[in-house]
Amino acid sequence: MDHNVGADVLGAFPVTGGELDRLRERLVRAAQDEGLLDVAYRVVDSPLGPLLLAATARGLVRVGLPAQGHDAVLADLAATVSPRVLAAPARLDPVARQLDEYFARGRRDFDVPLDLPVGPRFRAAVLARLAAIPFGGTATYSQVAAEVGSPLAVRAVGSACAANPVPLVLPCHRVVRADGGCGGYAGGVVAKRWLIDLERGAA
Amino acid sequence: MSLPPFELTVARHAATVLRVCRALVGPDDADDAWSETFLSALRAYPTLPADANLEAWLVTIAHRRCVDLLRARTRRAVPVGTPPERAAPEAAGDLDLRAALAALPDKQRVVVALHYLGGLPYREVAEVVGGSVDAARRAAADGVSALRRRYRREA
Repeated sequence: MDHNVGADVLGAFPVTGGELDRLRERLVRAAQDEGLLDVAYRVVDSPLGPLLLAATARGLVRVGLPAQGHDAVLADLAATVSPRVLAAPARLDPVARQLDEYFARGRRDFDVPLDLPVGPRFRAAVLARLAAIPFGGTATYSQVAAEVGSPLAVRAVGSACAANPVPLVLPCHRVVRADGGCGGYAGGVVAKRWLIDLERGAA
Repeated sequence: MSLPPFELTVARHAATVLRVCRALVGPDDADDAWSETFLSALRAYPTLPADANLEAWLVTIAHRRCVDLLRARTRRAVPVGTPPERAAPEAAGDLDLRAALAALPDKQRVVVALHYLGGLPYREVAEVVGGSVDAARRAAADGVSALRRRYRREA
């Protein structure tokens, strides 16, 4: 075992995935008990593909759409909220259940606490306005701009929607172009069109 | 550049830390040592520089938690000396080599574990255990020689 000491010693301490899973679960429980679970997340299936849901102790902080890339979303959470990010599904149970109901056309709006970033007032106003667009309906970017008191800031409404940290729950997919076009969507235009159709079909 | 999500840090280094803990405190206390290590790490994580060597940092914490555990075990008046090495029902791997490692003098066992299992370069091993880099390298070489004597592979 001359030059192979490293491999031999490593081989003497096999570690199984099951052992690590148990330890990880124990760590998550301890982190929760000690208030160290700054960001809990889980991935749920949906008709749009897998969604990443993340929450702080205050509330839902992110809904990651498939097109956004979950690794990128987690890295962004670590950089902008806290690097204490752990997969811990329990905190996301309520929103996961409500999303299931929404996709099954059994729910029209969401009732979960949100933890939205402190950002420019304009963006906050746009996000607040989104929640008021009813299920099955749409508003145009210029309507939203007028309603938040900046009728000329049509493009800025688009940017605010694109930066919506909790799509679906705050329905930025209901904001469309005045010429009948769908407009952009962080989750892709196909997903946006699909959501509008889902809601129209269920309305 | 910023710190990776802690979940990723756990996924990348969980096995290495568990091996180090098993070598340092034995299989019975290794789970506790692992949990204490990652909980301490999680506590301090946001203050860590983004370019820190996470594996070396975790292995260093693991060593500290293992020392704490061994001290607590001594206070409980449980006879120790070398970590207990038993064949747990699902324990696999090379039992003879594990037993030989467990039988090494403390300093050699710790240095071999930190370097060969924890991946710490000798410079950092020396920082963790104290003493010079050369002393750490010598202790590891002595440990490896002892392992070679006690544990001979069929050629």
